[in-house]
Amino acid sequence: MIWDKEIEAIGRDELQSVQFERLKQVINNVYDFVPFYRELFDSEGVHPEDLKTLSDLAKFPFTTKDALRDNYPFGLFAKPMKEIVRLHASSGTTGKPIVVGYTKNDLEVWSGLIARIASMAGVTHDDIAQICFSYGLFTGGFGLHYGLEKIGATVVPASVGNTEKQIMLIQDFKATVLVCTPSYALYMAEVAKDMGIDPRTLPLKTGLFGAEPWTENMRAQIEERLSLNATDNYGLSEIMGPGVAGECLVRSGLHINEDHFLVEVIDPETGNVLPDGSEGELVFTTLTKEGFPVIRYRTKDISVINRERCVCGRTTARMRKVTGRTDDMLIICGVNVFPSQIESVLMEVEEAAPHYLIVVDKKKGYLDDLEVHVELNREKFTGSFRDLAAVEKKICTKLANVLTVKARVKLVEPKSLERTMGKAVRVIDRRNQ
Amino acid sequence: MKVKQISVFLENKSGRLADVTRTLGREKINIRALSIADTTDFGILRLIVNQPEKASSVLREEGFMVSETEVIAVEVADRPGGLAYVLEILGEAGINIEYLYAFIGKASDEALVIFRVEDCDGAMCALRAKNIKVLDGHEASAL
Repeated sequence: MIWDKEIEAIGRDELQSVQFERLKQVINNVYDFVPFYRELFDSEGVHPEDLKTLSDLAKFPFTTKDALRDNYPFGLFAKPMKEIVRLHASSGTTGKPIVVGYTKNDLEVWSGLIARIASMAGVTHDDIAQICFSYGLFTGGFGLHYGLEKIGATVVPASVGNTEKQIMLIQDFKATVLVCTPSYALYMAEVAKDMGIDPRTLPLKTGLFGAEPWTENMRAQIEERLSLNATDNYGLSEIMGPGVAGECLVRSGLHINEDHFLVEVIDPETGNVLPDGSEGELVFTTLTKEGFPVIRYRTKDISVINRERCVCGRTTARMRKVTGRTDDMLIICGVNVFPSQIESVLMEVEEAAPHYLIVVDKKKGYLDDLEVHVELNREKFTGSFRDLAAVEKKICTKLANVLTVKARVKLVEPKSLERTMGKAVRVIDRRNQ
Repeated sequence: MKVKQISVFLENKSGRLADVTRTLGREKINIRALSIADTTDFGILRLIVNQPEKASSVLREEGFMVSETEVIAVEVADRPGGLAYVLEILGEAGINIEYLYAFIGKASDEALVIFRVEDCDGAMCALRAKNIKVLDGHEASAL
């Protein structure tokens, strides 16, 4: 079912004129109400009046994650706080998160977008949907929640943790839709087996999986083990949260909600806009966001755009499943982790040297497992076992606070980690091997 | 006088302990007592050697993380209840023991045990008051 047929199956010309009107408005809006953008446009010598066609957007500067961080917490909001009704946040590259704000209207739009992507995946008002994303600053839980309610599905806000209980709820409430990260879905299948339940007999029919990149191979495994239809969706809190794009049952890319998000693909090196069909970095401009509009946000996600009409009847552009990143960001159990965050923690621990190695693996083949090897500071070695155990615990606690995911710490000898040309190999990701 | 113990941090990977002993052997340093405490990821090797200063410096040169700690070497009667008797004395004196391990060689008919305690002086006092022999650094190194 197409939730909003008028827009999702709109003709390309008509869509572009909607996009252009909205783009003009948002460019004017940020110029007038967000000092950061006024200064940025002025310093780049562009003015909202320079936007005469959609492609003129390329004349405007990018917004980077650094700009979001530098304006912590509310510097980029385009509305006064009395009009902001919700805050969410995601991890930044250092200790401080990126904070986003939503007006009432933003939330209304957001739930509509979720309704679209859930409908694409085949969810209807007859479904019972269990949401196993955390309900908190993370956009996943609340984002999916209100969209699924809008469809009329019965929502089970199970949140995260206690997997045995989650499985019991699926069984007892007869949940037909599972909302979580793909790796958690596989983990659930494993736990169900341990409980003596054949996961294929669970009532689940559809999976709405997102918040981390996953392969076709993983999709096949999930579908085999849980006997459900596994669909992908895409979003990032800087733009909206989930609901930016979603996969229809044709499975030929994720439909971008183009009437709300203008997508460009750029060459990450030169910043030049690439033609459709070329692989590059996704760049999004929000067209309707009131609280936190963003112009040309560089996602660092690598994909390809296809604007041909889909077999499902939708005309919106489709993005290929995201397969990589242009930076060193890791996604661990759905949470964004930057090596720089780990470095900042180690800088605060005098017993440790700022030399580390991040090893990411799949525990039992499913759950992301993060281990940080930390070189010790020779000067602070006391010879006491207790002191070392305390150092290990201190680093673990600090990492958990900053990263919001658990990391194991392995203390290693000074100068034992590899250094190549001064710059060490910081990350070993064994998940896709 | 107390005995100087050398602690070496060892990553749990094959060959590290052999690297330490090879280095000491090459420098003609004799190991008199040793113990290893370990977790799954790392261990701490504790050594009493005949030339502690030299041992520390050669191990550091080889890149090992080393620290020196003072411990006491106590003669314990080599018969049932011998260690219990010494521990009782330390317990009564309120001395907290971090760890202990046995000497490889023997001074006489007595057994030798290395104690790492919070209060070395207090422990030596308490033991000597009960006529328990506590070796000094030279005696321990010379064994």
